[in-house]
This record gives sequence, C-alpha cells and structure tokens, in this order.
Amino acid sequence: MSNEKGFMTHDIKSSIKTFIKILRKYPSSIVGLIIIIGYAVMASIGPILLPYDPSPKIQDRFLPPSLQHPLGTDFAGRDNLAQIVHGSRDVLTVAILTASITVIIAFSIGIFSGYMGGKIDTVLTTIMDIFLIIPSFPLLVIVAASVPRALTAVEIAFVISLVGWAGLARAIRSQVLAIKRSAFIEAARCLGLSSSKIVFGEILPNLMPYVAMNLILSIIGAVYSQVGLYFLGLLPFTTMNWGMMINIAMQQSALINPKAWPYLLSPIGAIILLQTGFILFMSALEEIFNPRLRTE
Amino acid sequence: MKWIYRRIIVLFLTIWVAITINFFLVRLMPGNPIDILIMQYMEMGYSYKEAVTAVSAIVPFIPNEPIWKQYIDFILGVFRGDLGRSITLAVPIGQLLAYAIPWTVFIVSISLIISFSIGIVLGMYIAYRRGSLLDKALSLLASVLGGFPHYAAGVLLALFLGVELNLFPIIGPYDPEVEVGFNLPFILSVFRHAALPVLTYFVTSFGGWMLSMKSSTASVLGEYFVVAAEARGLPRRRIVLTYVGRNAILPLFTRLAISIGYMFGGVVFIENIFSYPGIGQYLTMSLTNRDYPLMTGCFLVTTMAVVLSNFVAELLYSRLDPRIRTGG
Repeated sequence: MSNEKGFMTHDIKSSIKTFIKILRKYPSSIVGLIIIIGYAVMASIGPILLPYDPSPKIQDRFLPPSLQHPLGTDFAGRDNLAQIVHGSRDVLTVAILTASITVIIAFSIGIFSGYMGGKIDTVLTTIMDIFLIIPSFPLLVIVAASVPRALTAVEIAFVISLVGWAGLARAIRSQVLAIKRSAFIEAARCLGLSSSKIVFGEILPNLMPYVAMNLILSIIGAVYSQVGLYFLGLLPFTTMNWGMMINIAMQQSALINPKAWPYLLSPIGAIILLQTGFILFMSALEEIFNPRLRTE
Repeated sequence: MKWIYRRIIVLFLTIWVAITINFFLVRLMPGNPIDILIMQYMEMGYSYKEAVTAVSAIVPFIPNEPIWKQYIDFILGVFRGDLGRSITLAVPIGQLLAYAIPWTVFIVSISLIISFSIGIVLGMYIAYRRGSLLDKALSLLASVLGGFPHYAAGVLLALFLGVELNLFPIIGPYDPEVEVGFNLPFILSVFRHAALPVLTYFVTSFGGWMLSMKSSTASVLGEYFVVAAEARGLPRRRIVLTYVGRNAILPLFTRLAISIGYMFGGVVFIENIFSYPGIGQYLTMSLTNRDYPLMTGCFLVTTMAVVLSNFVAELLYSRLDPRIRTGG
C-alpha cells in the first residue's frame, strides 16, 4: 500500500497484493515479465537442450533461417540460435551480478550519507557528484583495457558497478533524507531506538520497492555495458557473448553483406528484446512511485 | 552564489579525480602498461636505461623517477596540453585530439539539442493530454526505444536507412570526393554524413526527455499557482510557457549531467559503427593498439568535455531558476 507520499508501509502481503493489482492494470508489464521469464529459462536450461557445436562447417556458411537453423548460420556454418542461447547465460549472469553489487554499494553509501548528515554527508555527496560527472562508459573502457589479464564474470561485474554506483547512491540519499524527516522516524527516535534499528527496521523496508526498481535499471545498464565491452573487443572472447557476435559480424563487414545479416541481427534482436522486457516490466514498478520522486 | 561555487569546486575535483584514476591505471597497477612497455623495449635488446629514455619520449613523465614526481609531471602535462606522443601514429596526442574533438562535439551537441527540444515539446504536449491514445502510444514507444543500446540502434539504422534504403551514407565524416573547405557541397556532405549518428542518438534519447518532461509538467499542472493564473484569466500561451513550462523544465537540468556523460559514452559505439573520426573512434583505436598515451588523452578530453557541458548546464539552470542564484 502506498500513502500519498509514495512510501510503502512494510506489510509485505499487502505490497504483493498491490503489485498484482498494478500488474493487472498494466498489461504491458505482464508482457515484460513473460519476456524476462523466457530469457531466464533460456539461460538456465537452454544450453542443455540446444548444444552448441563450435567446429566450423564451411559448406553451411551463411545459411538463411530455416527449420534446422531458425536464425541461420554464421560465417563458419555454426548455428546462430545456439550461440544466442549460450550467450544469454553469460549476459544474464554478469548482468545480475552487476546489478546486485551496484545496489549493495549504492545503498550502503546512500543510506549512510543520508542518515549521518553533516560533514560526512557533504564529503560523500561530493564523491557521488564526481562519479556522476566522469563519463562512466569511457572510464569502464580504460579500466577494462588496463587490466593485464582476462577478467572473470564476478570481476567484470565488480568493475561495471564501481563506475556506475553514484547515480543510484545519490537517489537513495535523497529518499533517505525525505524519509528521515517523516513523522514515523521521528517517533522511532523518540522511542529511543538505536541507529541500526532505525536504519534496518524503519528506513530500509521503506526503500524496498525502490530497490526493486533500481535493481532492474542496473540490470539494463549492466547488459548495455557488458555487451558493449565485448562489442568493442575489450574483453577476451573466452565465453560466448552477444557482444562478441556483433564484434565479429562488424569486423567481417556484415553491414554490406546481406548474407551475414542473420548473424548480425540475431544478437542485436536478442539484446533489444531483453531490454524491452525489463523496461516493460519496470513500468509497473515505476507506477508505485510518485513521478515527482523519480526526478529527485 | 554559494551553490554555484560548490558546483565549480566539484567540477574541478572531477577533473583531478579523472587524472588521478588514469595515472593509477596506467602507472601504478601491478602489470601496468608503462612497465609492460619498458619490458617490451628491453626484450627488443634495449638496456633498462635506454628503455626508460625511449618511454620518456612517449609519455609526459620519466618512468624511473619517484612516483610522486611522475604524478606531478603527469598533472602538469595535462594542464599544459602535453599528453605525450601516440605510440602507433608517432604524433603528439594534442594534435590528434585537435582533429577528433570537433567531429565529436559536432554530433553530440546537435544530437543533444535536437533530442532535448523535441523531447520537451512532445512531453509538454502529452502532459496536457494524459491518458489519451497518443500519450499511451508515445510513452510506450519512448520507454522501449530508451532501452535500445546505442550500438543496437546504430547498427539497425545503418542497415535499414543506410544500406537497404540508401538514404544516408554510413562511412566517414564527409564524401571523400568533395573539396574540404567552406563550400556548399562540403557542408551538405558533412550534414548528410552526420545524419545517421545524430539519428541514433535521437532515437535512443528523446524518449527520456519526453517522459521526464511529461511527469514534471503533470506535477506542476496540479499546483495552486497554475489554477490561480487560470482564474486570473491570463492568456493560455503565457500560462503554458511561463507558469508551467519554466517550472516543469527545471528538474530536467539535474538530469543533464548524467545524460551528457551517457552520450559521450555512446560516442565510442556510434563513431565505431559509422567510422566517424571523433574521440570515440580514437579511443577504440588506442585500445586495440595498446596505445596508452592516446587512450589517456581520449579519456581526459572526454571528461573535460563533460565537465564543461555540465558547467554550461549549471549556468543555464541558475539563469532559469532565480531561487538558486540567491542561495535560497
């Protein structure tokens, strides 16, 4: 349930009820949810159902989509759909890891800064502002390029989070400031509750829907950055990734070779559909909040 | 005035942090590029001393001096505009950047102005028609397009408008056959070549501005001063522009910082796809060739461009909102 300020009371059951009600009101968010579930299934059991054979078969080079190869084949006669399915596991793993790390960093710093106030807050907001201004993708690019070895999925996620936590932290901080001024926190303080009880018992639960929405926003950002890094060829092609497919396709001038279009368009279509799924789903979560709060 | 001073301090700190992170990555990390470069020279048969001299000719510091001295030399180099020499192209970085910056600034600024103004006009328009079919359709379209990564939108536009329909060129900043200079064929060619990069930005970013403007306008419309202005019988044009528009546009300026940074991030992809010779193209080139002075130059110049545009945005913001100027 949301009151007129848009804050949630921490009754989980009624939150779920509200959530289902809003989902019903927005059929597009159901479409989004179905797309996300589809990708989750594809990433988890897809690679088992559809094995990928990396050995080149020159006679099958650049086949158009058919029943046997629904998305056609690549420059070496390998099935495009299998590459998309195997790539989805990599893309989703890094995206979810990144989103979780980003949310943890941003929430700790945002809540700490907003709750403490004073000098600590001034210093922390200055740091957030600085990281907001530094162009994060170029920063990510030079970090990825300066690391002398291949990064694991967790490390990639960590690097993407380190350049991209500031916007969320700043938004959290202003949410905390707004909550801090509300009557129920005043009441908790008057009751003599400890700081940690107020933060974890009163402030954090009120930020939960905000967490959910930003988790999705971070996933969208992480998919963009990660596939982008592979597209630029900055991460070694040790795993299957959609960005790697786009990179190879562009290197082979797939733009001007219509036969290569299935290979180029498969990963592009896959990433657009995934992002669309997240965005459609998020439209329902956004509704929980007052639009004024979203723009700070 | 206090507010604007704080912002200026933050902008200077940003440049300093960017320089420091850059120095750390290139010089202090275990296995950092400069150490590797020295080792490569030594493998080629140079002595350590000769290798250090060779590297000093490339970067604006001397790699075997104390680290704090290198750091200071590096910072001084940045402010003097001396970023060293490109390893692959063997020319001063400043010279390369001076060629690349105008192209990037050209497409980014045109894209920003077009997406911002069209987004704002559409946002205000649908805010007055909330719940209409047009509002629903445009809002859905805007949020879905907003999720398109720059590279996905760029490749699709290049494929359909560039290759399939042959409407716009997809390679380079101008037609190699036209004579470079202040003449009409050249200028037309430059704009035709900028069309797809600008369109890529527009498609991916007008929706964000439109949706923010819509929600901002919607919340201003509920304010009492708007009702009061209507009750006083003020002309509709004045209410829409001065009373609602001016107040609704303010919160959007806080988003400019993030948005400009995001656009400069997208430059890396867009210039790659359309072989556009701006900062993004040079940045990727420096990465594939392990050309670290060039990489540093591209990153720092991008940061400074973002800092500068933020400064302009802050000034505009304080002009539009008198409350900020008085510090109230």
